[in-house]
Amino acid sequence: MSRAVFGESVKRIEDPELLRGEARFIDDISIPSMLEAALVRSPHAHAEIRGIDAAAALELPGVHAVLTLDDLRPYLLTEFLVVGLPSPSYKQERNRPVLAGDEVVYVGEPIAMVIAEDRYIAEDAAQLVEVDYDLLPAAADCRDALADGAPTVHKDAKDNLLAEFSMGYGDIDAAFGKAAHIYSEHITQHRGGSHSIECRGAVAVHDPGTDQLTLWVSSQMPHSTLRVLVDMLGRDENQMRVVTPDIGGGFGPKLVVYQEDVAVSVAAIKLGRPVKWIEDRREHFIATTQERDQYWEVEVAVDEDARILGLRGSIVHDHGAYTARGINLPQNSAESLPGPYEVPAFRMNTKLALTNKVPVTPVRGAGHPQAAFTIERLMDRIARELGLDRTEVRRRNLIQAQDMPYTRPLKTRGGVAVVLDSGDYPRSQKDTLERAGWDQFPARQLAAREEGRYIGIGLANFVKGTGRGPFEQVTVRIGTSGRVHVYTGGTAIGQGTKTMLAQIVAEQLGGDMGNVTVTTGDTAATALGIGTSNSRLAVTAGTSAHVAAGKVREKALKIAAHVLDSPVEDLEFDGAEIHVKDRPGRIANVGVKLGELAHAMAGTPGYSLPGGMGPGLEATEHVILDSKAFASGTAVAEVEVDIETGGVVILNYVLAHDCGRIINPMLVDGQAIGGTAHGIGNALYEWMGYDENGQPLTTNLADYLLVTATEMPRIDLLHHCSPSPLNPLGVKGVGECGVVPAPGAIISAVEDALTPFGVHIDRAPISPPEIVALIEQGRERS
Amino acid sequence: MARNHITTTINGDEYEFLCDTEQTLLDCLRDELFLTGTKEGCASGDCGACNVMLDGQLVCSCLVLGVEADGKSMETIEGMAHGEELHPLQQKFLELNGLQCGICTPGILIAAKALLERDPDPTETEIRYWLAGNLCRCTGYDKVVRSVQAAAEEMRKG
Ligand code: FES
Ligand code: FES
Repeated sequence: MSRAVFGESVKRIEDPELLRGEARFIDDISIPSMLEAALVRSPHAHAEIRGIDAAAALELPGVHAVLTLDDLRPYLLTEFLVVGLPSPSYKQERNRPVLAGDEVVYVGEPIAMVIAEDRYIAEDAAQLVEVDYDLLPAAADCRDALADGAPTVHKDAKDNLLAEFSMGYGDIDAAFGKAAHIYSEHITQHRGGSHSIECRGAVAVHDPGTDQLTLWVSSQMPHSTLRVLVDMLGRDENQMRVVTPDIGGGFGPKLVVYQEDVAVSVAAIKLGRPVKWIEDRREHFIATTQERDQYWEVEVAVDEDARILGLRGSIVHDHGAYTARGINLPQNSAESLPGPYEVPAFRMNTKLALTNKVPVTPVRGAGHPQAAFTIERLMDRIARELGLDRTEVRRRNLIQAQDMPYTRPLKTRGGVAVVLDSGDYPRSQKDTLERAGWDQFPARQLAAREEGRYIGIGLANFVKGTGRGPFEQVTVRIGTSGRVHVYTGGTAIGQGTKTMLAQIVAEQLGGDMGNVTVTTGDTAATALGIGTSNSRLAVTAGTSAHVAAGKVREKALKIAAHVLDSPVEDLEFDGAEIHVKDRPGRIANVGVKLGELAHAMAGTPGYSLPGGMGPGLEATEHVILDSKAFASGTAVAEVEVDIETGGVVILNYVLAHDCGRIINPMLVDGQAIGGTAHGIGNALYEWMGYDENGQPLTTNLADYLLVTATEMPRIDLLHHCSPSPLNPLGVKGVGECGVVPAPGAIISAVEDALTPFGVHIDRAPISPPEIVALIEQGRERS
Repeated sequence: MARNHITTTINGDEYEFLCDTEQTLLDCLRDELFLTGTKEGCASGDCGACNVMLDGQLVCSCLVLGVEADGKSMETIEGMAHGEELHPLQQKFLELNGLQCGICTPGILIAAKALLERDPDPTETEIRYWLAGNLCRCTGYDKVVRSVQAAAEEMRKG
């Protein structure tokens, strides 16, 4: 009998190499005659470039070239990376040049690529490249950037408004007109960088004999990298291959195609030698995209029972200096503000401001945590104003299970309706509160206060659209070796993609995961690929893998029936074989190996294929899934605040989450907890600082705080399972879910702990000095 | 400039290599000896991805020069398993999903092994503080800590 693997906590197939230090990450790739690159980057947020003098650098022994935009131009059809997702809301087109021309617009912008025998020499030489700058005023803060007369980010621009859009539904004026109460909040939100522990990197190899270019790149989206290279280099797809090695974390910014990816490719062609570029941590701080500032002004209208009548407001979003992805991030923020709540009327206006800082693109959560934080802050505000328990206000406003699927009259960026497909939000909140001991908390709080300790509790509900379509390609093939090969356009960035797909495929093809190999993120393996983002692969690639494996199963059984001369109903998979089922009166163990079937279907010259079937034992699928599957959940945090230092310790954290049917509980737990760690960072620690001139202030991991093992509490997880009706597996994504509710729950808890001081928190993250200042203000008021 | 001739023992084997004076031990391991299991996450001593044992001391190899390894002995991730047989730490990380992308894992395994050699029965808090120098962006540390606890228990049983 075939073993069940779907839904089991099976061990990951990617781990043995990783644990032995044998995995191949981008920096582990070394190719004979390979040269190494370092970048000359702008030290200024805004300047004109008058000239570049590379003479001294070129004299350094071991330096092969210093490439500027002028050197690359002969190899390029266009010098710009045109990658912005379509939207009618753009007011300006701001594409990144592969290397800066006569203007630099952020600290870290690449100006020249130095190529040398090794990285040490390349970096020394980069220091010797003289760039003559004429400084220009910079726009650093996104609100100031939109003010009249603000310095423009680009010297040819008349202002800094990159895009503006509005969305909404319902009669918003009527909603506010009839409101019993209206509350407004100004909320400042900041998220930092991705900080995968592996930075970015690329290795380009060009074979002049065949004119083949291979780019190894630590990317979440190798197929889009290939498309950009086709556009820019004017080469055919079949002259290029983009392939991802093991990837040491992605978290969003690695979905972007970068200037260095293109420059390294051109360098390899120009110099006729393999060229490697590995980003160092400082570069990651200044040259890899981030998710920074959003300023929200929101108003909520409620009736006398605290039921929401309408929600309106505006967002100013820091876009950075160029469009490296699109308007998607603030669009997610605005669109997901209503979250799991019933909001009859809704209107949001969003402005994207150019700033002289590295471009902003999604980081794990992609704008959703900011929306969740905002709505949860409003919920707490309503509760406080109306003297209701925070849980009660939420309970009255949550969408009910019987109303699923729930259509919100909004459209996603692709024009698809927002439909919350399944879930029981009230139950999620109720179970989480019970688990966290919410009702007993006042007694705990009182006891703590008597000891002079300030503890607080807070909660946040969330929904997170996952599995963004339209599809992910998967091929399932049984080879003549008898092994099952799975190929997908998705990439594996640590989330266990290979294991997840192997489980789905093995479930139908013999149950032996050891017999399945999975290839991810290689343009030579699948013609189409979208890649990893938006917690999408379990839904999209998972579904394609499921359907493809089903087809291969069906065909394999039919051929086996022919070969074994036995009806299909009597056959079953067992590991790498198909057997006649063990039935009374039958000879057991009559079977055929999968490899033999594959051999038979590979064709023999001059002979017909068995059973009159088509050749091969494989299927390729791209199941179209336009609608997102909405994961959901609730977080409750219990914290202690040190009122002298402002330090916050998380005492208890409960996360209930619902990602539909679970493929591998162990991996889902890992994703939920990892996401929560990121969210804790966004609530309390992570801050990508810039001064008023656009100079980055936090450029190493000592200044920029990632959560460590000591700050992380044990996360108490509750699983709910509302299968998604949108895909045959019933699955939803999980990768980003943990991040979304964390800042809302933690800040709510901090505020609760500081009730004696009347503290109100309107921002995330919040640092210890800020907490101390708020306590001081509270003391002065009283 | 003449390169330095270094003799060292790594995972029980003698190695000789040439390196520049300014070359870090991390780069020597990776670029001169092709022992790429040791990783770079920051090159500034903040992440622990480059952890190795140098004469019995847990160090960040990005903060040590290659020349300092002369005459010393080292342990790296490549020496942790015995052939097919994984070290109990590796085995528990495998069973309990103590890793995701795996880039931080070699450093964490080396650091955890150093801890268990000093203290075979650390508390959860001790494990967390010991690993505070090892950044992991993926796991949230929960399964890392549980894996170390489980391995410690296994190793105490002998
Ligand atoms: S690379 Fe050595 S501590 Fe980060
Ligand atoms: S597993 Fe990815 S950084 Fe630790």
